[in-house]
Amino acid sequence: MAYQFDFVPVLANTDLLLRGALFTLELTAIGAILGVALGTVGAVVRAWKIQPFAWIFGVYVELIRNTPFLVQLFFIFFGLPSLGLKITEWQAAVLAMVINLGAYSTEIIRAGIQAIPRGQLEAAAALAMTRFEAFRHVVLLPALGKVWPALSSQIIIVMLGSAVCSQIATEELSFAANFIQSRNFRAFETYALTTLVYLCMALMIRQLLNWIGRRFVMRNSR
Amino acid sequence: MSDFSFWDIVRNLATGLQWTLLLSLVAFVGGGVIGLLVMTMRISRNAFPRNLARTYIELFQGTPLLMQLFLVFFGIALLGVDISPWLAAAIALTLFTSAYLAEIWRGCVDSIAHGQWEASASLALNPLEQLRYVILPQALRIAVAPTVGFSVQVVKGTAVTSIIGFTELTKTGGMLANATFEPFMVYGLVALGYFLLCYPLSLSARYLERRLHASA
Repeated sequence: MAYQFDFVPVLANTDLLLRGALFTLELTAIGAILGVALGTVGAVVRAWKIQPFAWIFGVYVELIRNTPFLVQLFFIFFGLPSLGLKITEWQAAVLAMVINLGAYSTEIIRAGIQAIPRGQLEAAAALAMTRFEAFRHVVLLPALGKVWPALSSQIIIVMLGSAVCSQIATEELSFAANFIQSRNFRAFETYALTTLVYLCMALMIRQLLNWIGRRFVMRNSR
Repeated sequence: MSDFSFWDIVRNLATGLQWTLLLSLVAFVGGGVIGLLVMTMRISRNAFPRNLARTYIELFQGTPLLMQLFLVFFGIALLGVDISPWLAAAIALTLFTSAYLAEIWRGCVDSIAHGQWEASASLALNPLEQLRYVILPQALRIAVAPTVGFSVQVVKGTAVTSIIGFTELTKTGGMLANATFEPFMVYGLVALGYFLLCYPLSLSARYLERRLHASA
């Protein structure tokens, strides 16, 4: 007997899926902002070789980029409490996302900073810019502009990767999917629809980041 | 009950590591074969295979690996076939890898000067022969470093298969953490296991990239 597909029991739980999707977006937003901030600090420290922080960030980048996100998440959520540090599941999820994105964006933004010709800083000094002005207008924004597409892709990868946070019971989209399929036994339909929601979110975030990039970051750099 | 010595833990994790390694190899080789096929479709002059390949790549790059795993695991079960976590993991990870490799390799093929296609066409080679004998040998050089770099993503991707119950390194770690009540140490060792697999790959990718850039 052929299997009859039935999406109605899934659609009946649209509110749960949407709430999950919203939570995934919230986690991604916080993770992206803090992660890129951490990455910016790391990139500056690494590009300008400010010791000993450059070395510390170097080790951090290699450790994070060469281990799976899921293991990082488990380490934070199950490992840290045994050191006496209690955190909730959504805090663990955000922390893992920030640490993960921080490592990748350190390397991405560092590439952007190193692509800026030295003469640009000298020119900024000649124009009597303060060090902070020079950093902001001559180093940081042009560097971010150069690597914005790579940074956007990494943020989307982190958003998609956050699906595994359901494993520590963070109530995001894939958690909602697990919950729904455990009640209606329509596993395939539930996950198919959830996958579609993830795809839409990925496309949406791509558009949003493209817009942010054009509007704020790549305004005066090319 | 938790009579696990440190070496018991390490020995069990080493067994899990072997499964991680095997799954990575299967996914990488299988993904390479399918990826080559998808890449060939992706650069086709015919719009239908080209768009099909593009959709395939977009789908796998725009959705979580976890969902791909679930869909393969539950989807194949719907066909009435009993599927083991191992087989589902191998299939899903192979497809995932093929999509990324296809896109990476397309970039490499695109970077070969267009005149090479025209020159080989003028030698009366058909498009597949042009690709096989003229373009791919040159693209291969460029492709080595990013392909090795992507293999790190494949190894790390295998961790997600623990969620559908495949007993690789992460799953083994989870069971040991529950049995020993030492999650900090166990997950630290699990992370170390992945690091030992991935770091040499990362290093060689970087080395290859620098070497090929220097001589190019």
